[in-house]
Amino acid sequence: MSTVAVRTPARRKGVGLGLVAWVIGIVFFLPIAWMALTSFHSETDAAKNPPAFGASLTLDGYRDFFGTGGGASPWPALINSVVASVASTLFVLLLALPAAYALSLRPVKKWTDVLFFFLSTKMLPVVAGLLPIYLFAKNTHMLDNIWLLVILYTSMNLPIAVWMMQSFLAEVPVAIIEAARVDGARLPTILARVVAPIALPGIAATALICFIFSWNELLFARVLTGVVAETAPVFLTGFITSQGLFLAKVCAASLVISLPVLAAGFAAQDKLVQGLSLGAVK
Amino acid sequence: MSATTTAPVAATPVRTTHQPPARLRAWATRAPLLPALVFMIVVTQLPFVATLVISFFDWNALYPDARHFTGVDNYQEVLTDPDLRHSVWTTVLLTVAVVLVSLILGLVLALLLDRRFRGRGFVRTLLIAPFLVVPVAAALLWKHVLYNPEYGLLNGLLHYVGGPQPDWISNTPLLAVEASLVWQWTPFMMLILLAGLQSRDNEQMEAARVDGASDWQVFRYLTLPHLRRYLELGALLGSIYIVQNFDAVFTITSGGLGTANLPYTVYQTFYQAHENGLASAAGVLVVIGSIIIATFALRVVSSLFREEVSRA
Repeated sequence: MSTVAVRTPARRKGVGLGLVAWVIGIVFFLPIAWMALTSFHSETDAAKNPPAFGASLTLDGYRDFFGTGGGASPWPALINSVVASVASTLFVLLLALPAAYALSLRPVKKWTDVLFFFLSTKMLPVVAGLLPIYLFAKNTHMLDNIWLLVILYTSMNLPIAVWMMQSFLAEVPVAIIEAARVDGARLPTILARVVAPIALPGIAATALICFIFSWNELLFARVLTGVVAETAPVFLTGFITSQGLFLAKVCAASLVISLPVLAAGFAAQDKLVQGLSLGAVK
Repeated sequence: MSATTTAPVAATPVRTTHQPPARLRAWATRAPLLPALVFMIVVTQLPFVATLVISFFDWNALYPDARHFTGVDNYQEVLTDPDLRHSVWTTVLLTVAVVLVSLILGLVLALLLDRRFRGRGFVRTLLIAPFLVVPVAAALLWKHVLYNPEYGLLNGLLHYVGGPQPDWISNTPLLAVEASLVWQWTPFMMLILLAGLQSRDNEQMEAARVDGASDWQVFRYLTLPHLRRYLELGALLGSIYIVQNFDAVFTITSGGLGTANLPYTVYQTFYQAHENGLASAAGVLVVIGSIIIATFALRVVSSLFREEVSRA
């Protein structure tokens, strides 16, 4: 690539700034790396000061977390989280796809107004409706029911999904659709053969982002679930108060519960900005 | 729910050969939109209206028979009660500090990552990672693994250089919460600003450089004005998310040591103190704050959006 001969001052400055980026990147990642390392240490090594970087590795933290070492098993909470995240994401797709269609490929009148209504609901904080939802759930015996969370997570993610999918569907060239229509293709065929292949990567990214937000959610889950329907983040709140030597276990738990989000996030990396900025940035 | 079933039925006339009346066609176009629209109104708008109504009642859930209309008393109490007033202030302080610091850090990182260097993609991945840790897990990580005065990593590293061994959370509780949030939100700002940087007009930048503009001049007179709306967007979206923050406050300090923000206070007022009316009034205040931020946010989003639409 670069030879010594072409190293001008500007080039050296570039290398220096690259190095700065590397250092900051490592500093930001350090807590996660340390969490991962600590999760494989024994509890006594984990609680050493100065830190025991080279301590021997063990799976005890993970055994402890998964309940084989006593304590509550995290499996029910993990399964609840999977149900809440996957089901709500499916419902979101089911509702958002037709809506996005009506806002892009065959737009209704004043479609931007509708789009902005969806966006404005996202800006309504959770606490705005938390109490009435709690009272409603209590009176209809829906408390501690995972499907209540599914409904709420659907509403939480629907605006983002509508925005993202609207922008993905709008990328499908109208000319192609017209050409297919002239060739006599009907709507289902057009959607399956023309629109889907172009919009599918975007739809997948949308689904991953909805999954992340549902998986992360704490406030609704904390207020509306109990023993039966508790989700993984609620399970994690059990670690808020210290319980003697439990650092390795906390690290194992935090890492295991964050893994799906890390995986989904890296898979959707390219579209992450678009989702987070509600489709405003591409 | 009934709207869901009307969608396919109403969509059929579009494809029939004889032209249906215009009105019917308009509804067929609207039909795919209705389920999502109705769902959103029912699940998000109705509860807020209920919150608004409850906020005008003196209502403690433990004494349901004593429930009565009190007008704006609850609002008066939220704004005069020292604890509640303090939580309004904490919310502002927390939001402003986290948004500003993560925005500046995010800008620096975005500028660094905008340059070509070896391993750029990898560094980008390292930097995104904090944002992809479950918020409760991230808060636990900071509370126990980093801040713990006896065996936390921060004091562990200080130990090497013979530094002091402070109790981070007790000494500077709000700062401790803010630092963990800055760590999580800097990647968010970085991603938005990086997208902004990459949408710059390269020809214009080249032209400026050929004309002898220095790096600083290019940044000050080309990059920064171009980034303005991306900075605004990052700040506003960040504010909307952080005003609502519950996870970090709940996990790191449990709202103690003066770190209770409004969402935590709302949670505590109705979940532990069972003061439904008071909690609702505080909730409405959070909404008013959000609406103020959201009005600006919507304006920025819509200007970026118009640009995208007109460019397409």
